[in-house]
Amino acid sequence: MTIPQTSADVVATSPSAVIAGLDPAIHPPEPKNGLAMDARVKPGHDELEFATPAIKPPRRLPVQKDWPTSAIVAAQIGILIAIIAAWEIGAATGFIDKFFWSHPSAIYHTLTIFFTTGDAFTDIAFTFRSTILGFLIGTFAGSALGLSFWWSKNYAAIVQPYIICFESLPKLALAPLIVLVFGIGIASKIAIATALTLVVSTLTTFAGVKAVDPDGEKLFYSLGASRLQVFRKLVIPSCLPWIISVLRVNIGLALTGAIVGEFIASQHGLGRAIIYAGQTYDIALVWVAVSVLSALAVVMYVTVSWIERMLHRGIKA
Amino acid sequence: MASTKLSIDDVSMKFATPAGVFHALDHIDLAVLRGSFVSLIGPSGCGKSTIFNIVAGLQEPSAGRVLIDGVDATGTIGRVGYMLQKDLLLPWRTLTDNIILGMEIQGVKRAEARARALPLLRRYGLAGFEDAYPRALSGGMRQRAALLRTLLFDTDVVLLDEPFGALDAQTRLRMQEWLLQLWEDFGKTVVFVTHDVEEAIFLSDEVHVMGARPGRIIATIAVALPRPRLRACTATPDFMALKERCLDLLHSQAPPDIEDAA
Repeated sequence: MTIPQTSADVVATSPSAVIAGLDPAIHPPEPKNGLAMDARVKPGHDELEFATPAIKPPRRLPVQKDWPTSAIVAAQIGILIAIIAAWEIGAATGFIDKFFWSHPSAIYHTLTIFFTTGDAFTDIAFTFRSTILGFLIGTFAGSALGLSFWWSKNYAAIVQPYIICFESLPKLALAPLIVLVFGIGIASKIAIATALTLVVSTLTTFAGVKAVDPDGEKLFYSLGASRLQVFRKLVIPSCLPWIISVLRVNIGLALTGAIVGEFIASQHGLGRAIIYAGQTYDIALVWVAVSVLSALAVVMYVTVSWIERMLHRGIKA
Repeated sequence: MASTKLSIDDVSMKFATPAGVFHALDHIDLAVLRGSFVSLIGPSGCGKSTIFNIVAGLQEPSAGRVLIDGVDATGTIGRVGYMLQKDLLLPWRTLTDNIILGMEIQGVKRAEARARALPLLRRYGLAGFEDAYPRALSGGMRQRAALLRTLLFDTDVVLLDEPFGALDAQTRLRMQEWLLQLWEDFGKTVVFVTHDVEEAIFLSDEVHVMGARPGRIIATIAVALPRPRLRACTATPDFMALKERCLDLLHSQAPPDIEDAA
């Protein structure tokens, strides 16, 4: 234990005494963590030195030990197996109600039926198609709409409140109406998926348009550019990163839109399978359809993320 | 005696502000000879950039005209090359494609524009970076590229608005010499804006000292130093005298009050 030499040392090394603001002669600080505070105060010194000299317990940078990837994966798989096993055992012992929750072996059985004799591929294809089409239409139309605001400030000012209204409106609330108008076929699902994605793309692209560097426009115009040239060579490339950044969000929204459309009225699709199974108390089929849907969502999300990365790379390098 | 290339004819610029009419420029008259290099120096807010915007046709003056080769060019764009302080290289284009932007906008085919740009790129210190993207380049190189882009844009008059303002001192000195070499090679008429008195004198045939509030030209100083100029000339008594005069003129103006910052 060292004895501080200067008043600065004293202040720096004894935070507890300073913070408490107590005269250690009257209120000696208690030793912490087994390290006794040095309570010696030289008599006759000014107030700065009233604090007790003490040593702050050394503190090391917390270091986390990284597990090898294999251990991480093993833990992940282990948790999954544990959940499934607990579920199965719980159902077998009557601890979990099979009627409401079903159980893994029944779900697996239903899964094989769904893929061998059931409508699995028809349903997957239906949901996939409506999602992708809604995603493409919504993203392209939305981006085009957002870019179009660059052309006229007046037009942008007039249209903007409508866009904001449409943005804040819970579009899924309109789904029954859309199904009435577009019928129970794929068109209504695409329409709902489009409605969800369009606004996101529009607003994000418009934000990109507003972020175009005014000095960049100045440069183009000083070079004698036409508005079309500025649009093609400056505005579109500057907004591309913005447009691309919503792709991942949009694929999820499009899937949601397609599923909700199928919930309301449909003859095919994973959403319809879920609703049908739920209404007939076929809980195992609900789980199967939900799992297949999740798998589809993951595949689409990963693909879009990959496309996004490729596009970003294409823009930057 | 060379003819007048660019003339700014009694140009005034007023803005309506809540506090009243603000005179950004007050009766500016300026004649720039063909192939000459002139600088504008002055305090912030003296309207240097406004003059450039007016000459480039990006702003309409409240009064007065801009003549290029004696022809009224007020409010028309694409007549002069204009380089801003920011390099404004487009991050999605390679260096070569950035440099040909002006030609491309003027309708030159990309392949042809590239063919014209490549030898210049190599000659002016950007060899090996033809296909590099701007983010891979240093500040000095980006500025060189921006300058080449301005020079390759086929106009006789070039406006440079503090092109070296953001560079470090070493790079800045090298860029000045490089710019003089380019100017001699290309034979353009250059109008240069800077805060740096030494830079203005070293580069120019003529230095116009401006005053603020309202923005106006308070003195024109001819720089008769021989060319080609070497860095050593900045230590000569003639140079020192010119610098002294410019600084005196700048300081002689009303002491800037804090509001000037706005």
